[in-house]
Parts: sequence; structure tokens; C-alpha cells
Amino acid sequence: MSETLTHSQHGTSPLQHQFDDLGQQWHANTIGMWLFLATEILFFGGLFVSYLVYRSTYPEAFAEASRHMDVLAGTVNTAVLIGSSLMMALAVQSAQLGANKLVQRFTLLTMFLGTVFLVIKVWEYYHKYTEQLIPGANFAYEGAMRHQVEMLFVFYFVMTGMHALHMFIGLGLLTYILILARRNAFSREYFFPAEVVGLYWHFVDLVWIFLFPLLYLIGAHYQGPVHK
Amino acid sequence: MTHVSPRRTYYLVFLALMVLTAVTTGVAYLDLGPFNTVVALAIAFLKAGLVVAFFMHVMHLTNLSKLFAVGALVWMVILIALTVSDYWTRQWGVPAQGW
Repeated sequence: MSETLTHSQHGTSPLQHQFDDLGQQWHANTIGMWLFLATEILFFGGLFVSYLVYRSTYPEAFAEASRHMDVLAGTVNTAVLIGSSLMMALAVQSAQLGANKLVQRFTLLTMFLGTVFLVIKVWEYYHKYTEQLIPGANFAYEGAMRHQVEMLFVFYFVMTGMHALHMFIGLGLLTYILILARRNAFSREYFFPAEVVGLYWHFVDLVWIFLFPLLYLIGAHYQGPVHK
Repeated sequence: MTHVSPRRTYYLVFLALMVLTAVTTGVAYLDLGPFNTVVALAIAFLKAGLVVAFFMHVMHLTNLSKLFAVGALVWMVILIALTVSDYWTRQWGVPAQGW
């Protein structure tokens, strides 16, 4: 099967020499990606569990700090990222069907929405800077529990920063998928790079699904004393 | 070797994710006491489940691949359970003398 595919289409085989056939290659690709995602889940898991320890120790300070988040920007960004995941899913589906033109279109839309997300994120960071809410050198919050409030901003910048870094890497990977699609590399038999990059992009979406309520929304109903 | 989902599935999952985002944002403004966090996490896990099941095609993986995906979740539970069992029990006090 793979033999005929390779030599009829572009001279070079998508079947790597260490695999018996494309089915085995697909199996190895998905297992490898899920193993990598397991390490990613534990990496972000470490951050989430630290957040859990600090938030359960200082619940009121965290709720107070969360009131300074831009809920509208966070909600819009959640919608943008879910939209990009939909485009990614459609790009992978197009690759599975060998529709390289559609892969290009949906990959570009995924990249566009990913970029919109990052632009909004940078805009939010800039506002945190002008409001002097960046922990460390530029933290001017003077209310009660100052240092505990500062802790949530530490989590905010570390977690959303690591998330944004993953998005930048994702944009790089999507560029690679775009190049493959322009070379008509995808077919019904060989679509694995698109699928594996899709898994990565959806994982980044998964992280944000937890970051959004835990960082932006925990102060929305907080009735405690308003400082500053 | 692989399963191709119809586009309609993806559109429906997208719609469900958007509705759940609106719900989780709206509910955050109601004061439900400790249940605010419970509801927020329940919705987050539901959304994550939809993404994993439909966008990431976990249901159509081979059993060995599924084991890798489930394994990630298991290690995550161990990470949280062991850490929390330390931090959340430190205030329980020193055991009585005589042990």
C-alpha cells in the first residue's frame, strides 16, 4: 500500500524506513505525541497544584486580586481560542481527506485566531503594567494582604506566560503544516503531522480552559472589603 | 487506521464549548459560597472532556494510545492528591504523646 503511494505521488516516501507500514507509523506518532502531552500535563499540573496550595491558604487575597483581572478580555480570548481549536480540528479533518487546499485555509485561520489571542494577551499585560500590577519591581497595590495578593499575579504571569509561549511554538508548528499542505503532502493515507500538531494545539486550548476560571473569575462575586 | 468525523460534530462541540464558556462566566457573578469553585471546575472538566473526546479523537485511538492518555490523567491525580494530603493536613496538630 505504502509502496504504491510513495512512488506514484512525489518520489519521496512519507513512510519512514523504521516502520513496516503507515498504520504502524501512525500508531507510533500518536503514542509519542500523547506521551509528550503527558509530560506537558504534569508540567502545567505542577503550576496548578502550587496555585491550589496558595489559593486554599489565602482564599480572600486571591479573590481580591482576581477582581483586577480583565474579565471581558479573558472571556473574548476564551472564545477566540475555542474558535481556533475548531479551525484546527477542521484542518486535521481536511488533511485526513487529503484536501490540501482546505488544510491551508483552515491552518491559516487557526494561526490568525491564535495571533488575535496573543495580541489581546499582550494588550492585557500592557494594562497590568500601567496599573502597576506586575509582581516584583512594578507592584504598587497598597491594600491589605499585599503580598498574598501579589502571589496571584505571580501565578497569573507565570501560567499565562507559559501558555503564551506554547502558543508561539504552536504557531511555528502550524507554519510547518502550512508548508506541507502547500507541497500537497497530505493524503488519505498520510496526514499524521497535521494530526499530531492538532493534538498539541488542542492541549494548549485545554490549559486555557482551566486557567480562565481559576485566574479571571474567582473574584467576580467576592463581596469582601474593596481595597484601594 | 483512522476515523474521520463529520464537520457537523465539530460545529456542535464548538457550540457546546461556547455555551459552557458563557455559563461559567455568568455563574461566577452569583455568590454560591464554596460552590462557585465546584461549578467552575465541573464546567472546566466538562469542556476539557469535550475537547479530548471530539477534537483530540481519543475515543478512536488504539488501546495502547488510550493507555498513554489515561496515564497522564492518573499521574496528574497522584501529583495533586499527594501534595494536598500534605498541605491540607499540616494544621491537624501534633499527635498525642505516648506513641
